[in-house]
Amino acid sequence: MSDPKLDLLQGTLDLMVLKTLAAMGAQHGYGIARRIEQISGDTILLNQGTIYASLVRLQNRNWISAEWGTSDNNRKAKYYAITRSGRKQLARDAEDWRRLADVMGRVLAQSPEGAK
Amino acid sequence: MISSLRSAVARTRAFANKRLGDADLDQELASHLDLATEENMRRGLSPQEARRQALVRFGGVQQSREQQRAARGLPMLDVLMQDLRYTLRTLRRDRAFTIVAILILALGIGTNIAVFSVVNTLMLRPLPFQDPSRLLWIGPEIFDGNWSAATYSTDAWQQFLERNKSFEDVAGYFAFSSPDNAKLTGHGDPKPFTDIDVTQNFFQVLGVKPYLGRLFNPSEALHGGPNVVLLSYPFWQRECHADPAIVGNTLEFNGHAATVIGVLPKSFDFGAVFAPGTRVDIFTAIAPEDIRMEGNTITLLGRFKPGVTVAQARAEAALLFPRILFRRDIPNSTWYTAPYPTPLKEYVSGKLHRSLVVLWSAVGLVLLIVCVNLSNLLLARAAARSKEFALRGALGASRRRIVRQLLTESLLLSGVGAALGLGLAYGITMWLQHQTSLALPLLNDVHIDGTALLWTLVIAVGTAVLFGLAPGIRMSSENLQESLKDSGGHGASDSRRHDRLRSTLVISEVALACVLLVGAGLLMRSFLRILNVNLGFRPTYAATIKVDFDDGGSDAKRTAIFQDVITRISALPGVQSAGIADNLPFARNRSWGIPHLLGVDDSKVKGESSLVYMITPGYFAAMGIPVTGRDFSWEDKPLVRDAKRNVVQGDPVIIINESTARHLFPNGDAVGHVIDASGKARIVGTIPDVHLTSVEGQPDSQVYYPQVQQDTEGAYLVIRSKVPPEQLASSVLHTLHEINPAQAAVPLRPVQEFVDHAVSPRRFFVLLVGTFAALGLFLAALGIYGVISYSVTRQTLEIGIRMALGATAARVQFGVIFRTMRLALIGIAVGAVLSLILASLISAMLFNTAPTDPATFGGMVALLIVVALLAGYIPARRASRVNPLVALRGN
Repeated sequence: MSDPKLDLLQGTLDLMVLKTLAAMGAQHGYGIARRIEQISGDTILLNQGTIYASLVRLQNRNWISAEWGTSDNNRKAKYYAITRSGRKQLARDAEDWRRLADVMGRVLAQSPEGAK
Repeated sequence: MISSLRSAVARTRAFANKRLGDADLDQELASHLDLATEENMRRGLSPQEARRQALVRFGGVQQSREQQRAARGLPMLDVLMQDLRYTLRTLRRDRAFTIVAILILALGIGTNIAVFSVVNTLMLRPLPFQDPSRLLWIGPEIFDGNWSAATYSTDAWQQFLERNKSFEDVAGYFAFSSPDNAKLTGHGDPKPFTDIDVTQNFFQVLGVKPYLGRLFNPSEALHGGPNVVLLSYPFWQRECHADPAIVGNTLEFNGHAATVIGVLPKSFDFGAVFAPGTRVDIFTAIAPEDIRMEGNTITLLGRFKPGVTVAQARAEAALLFPRILFRRDIPNSTWYTAPYPTPLKEYVSGKLHRSLVVLWSAVGLVLLIVCVNLSNLLLARAAARSKEFALRGALGASRRRIVRQLLTESLLLSGVGAALGLGLAYGITMWLQHQTSLALPLLNDVHIDGTALLWTLVIAVGTAVLFGLAPGIRMSSENLQESLKDSGGHGASDSRRHDRLRSTLVISEVALACVLLVGAGLLMRSFLRILNVNLGFRPTYAATIKVDFDDGGSDAKRTAIFQDVITRISALPGVQSAGIADNLPFARNRSWGIPHLLGVDDSKVKGESSLVYMITPGYFAAMGIPVTGRDFSWEDKPLVRDAKRNVVQGDPVIIINESTARHLFPNGDAVGHVIDASGKARIVGTIPDVHLTSVEGQPDSQVYYPQVQQDTEGAYLVIRSKVPPEQLASSVLHTLHEINPAQAAVPLRPVQEFVDHAVSPRRFFVLLVGTFAALGLFLAALGIYGVISYSVTRQTLEIGIRMALGATAARVQFGVIFRTMRLALIGIAVGAVLSLILASLISAMLFNTAPTDPATFGGMVALLIVVALLAGYIPARRASRVNPLVALRGN
């Protein structure tokens, strides 16, 4: 933990949540948060609490659905699952993100002289 | 697109179900923490440490709750609700301020809505008829109250109907009906009602549909046709107890049975449109044949065809009328004033536009003063609250948030004020609806409609922004640290800027009030001048009653009846003199061609006319009109006329007014001369000019005939008494009953009533503008008081020090009053200059008063100074009573 943690870019959390749900299937808030932390190798500064604003945003847009259920060790928890329109949105956003990352990569890869 | 719409729906639902969402979230967060704690414990941490770690990883619970709430619901609305709750709390704490602010706003907004409703009815809204924009009044271009010059013969009407191409139809009504001309008989004492004869197509042209039954049909307008009657809605309500079965039944008017064919709708009020301030109860159809020989008797109004313009209708009338004959059987008879069709709406209320605009401006000024005043009050409050806002700012409230909070406050204030104001306006409009004696058109239709409600909203929001913005900006720009450091508002130096803004506001308030006062003063002075006009007769202690008589068409018999009436009435105790006339001043009138010298070609005076009156001896005395020469006497004998109505035997006599006499005999006495006044007649006397059609205008030519020598229809007995007229009422009616058992029980009315009726529109406007000016003055005084009183409070310490150092109470008092007067005088100076500019705009509404009238300006300035002195004196006195010991200890 010597490196300073990364701040989340605006809007990226929503995409991460969508992708996580698409990959893992139905999951509760804590599970989603943990999974994102694990995937990022703990490099992202994520207050787990912020995930709930993201969840309600996605829910309002009908990209994910929510249902109260019981966890493996018999705890009541709210389970989220990605919807069909959520998957479409994920495909679109992922594509956008990949393109942006690509462009950013190329821009940052320029040589210092700025030669032709 | 769809997802954002769905999101909006979901957010709204979440906003509505806040508690549910919160509970759900709390549960979810609890389960999150439990899951995390459990996992940590599995990793071997103690329960406490596991929970602590879970909380650390979670971040701020409250923060995440807020975030989720903002994402879930409608944060804007949440903030608004917060602001509202906070506002309600602060306003409740500042009860005195709140009450004063709301009351001022209610007055300002209420009067504005009421005046707007009047303006809306008289100026903006179309007339209450079907497709009213196509209705034209077909009368002279300038109508000066002379009805003979505004009416046409039935022959002319029929010719115009036949020949015109612009109009779908042209209708009219008989303009010479007198009030109470129809007695409802057959049930006990005869009851007087007013009947108007209309052409049979009258209601169809206006597009008025009957409430019950049907309208007239053409056969009912034929000579000797069936006797049928249409009832007004109020008449039907009162006299027929709203019985629908009345249609088809008969009522007896003046002893003749008439079949009721229908009831007109509630919305139709003939008086409100065509004869403001009078009541019309029933309608009968004109048989043109019956009044063909009576001359110009009906007014005309038409509905032009779609696609025709007013200009086209005018051009056509100008083209047609010179060829339309007054009587078909008399060649070249064009004895009428050629019409100039005008939109009916303009005819009905066009003359009032200027007054209405002035009224509207006055009430707008009042609202402006209200705004300035509230701005001032809020600024004073702002100063007291600067710490509160500094604290909020320090706790993280953004500047925008604070301004929004302040605007919420002003909106809430103006909203409540507007609600109260609506109530006030509702009361005023209800009161106006029942001002039946006020000679203003369409008053029955004044009500608060959708447009007025919209206007209310506009002015409520407008005022809120206007009075809330300045304090808002001022307060939010205040230096945070300074405010927090400030020990309690006793410092004098930091508030200089504050004071300057407030002083400017007070000055503008005084200036606005000054404009209002000067305007009202000028109108008031004009009105007083009008009341002082020498009318030519003395209305005080004169009263009049309509006399019913049955002369069977004989001049001699009628004269005998009149002589009997006058002799017996004159014998009543308290009566000084009595006389009868067919018409009275400021009531129904008629005119004939102007008299001319014998041998003069009468084509030279064509178009000019004289008002004519048929009177008995004693009328002039009863009216208080002095006669030079002699009055008519009972010795004046009836004339003998041939079939063409030329006098073949007898001595026709007349009395003329001074204008006519001077016009005919510029160099000498008119009495004794024989002239042509619609037939040869000898002038036996002259009278001063009498105001007959308007108080403000100059009287024109007037000719009086003895009723014994002319056909007379209608009789008004005028009684001059030593006692107040109301004491005579019963004995007069009793006497008339004895003479004629069919005499209707009509009231004995003071002659002053006719004058009052004639000046009632002006009285109404002056009263309103005066009230608004008084309101403005009061608000300005309040503003001055507020500012001075506030600054005295702030300077208590300073005053205390000065008094401790030896300043006398008088010196302190003088200082405060000096500051008051400086503010007031600057305001008055600005206001006076503004008034000088604005007064010329209302010069057309002034009567014998210059827009720069020094007395008015002087008076109003003096009034303002006195009021300002009073407003400053109270705080000054308080300042002079400051106890230095208390003041110094108070810090």
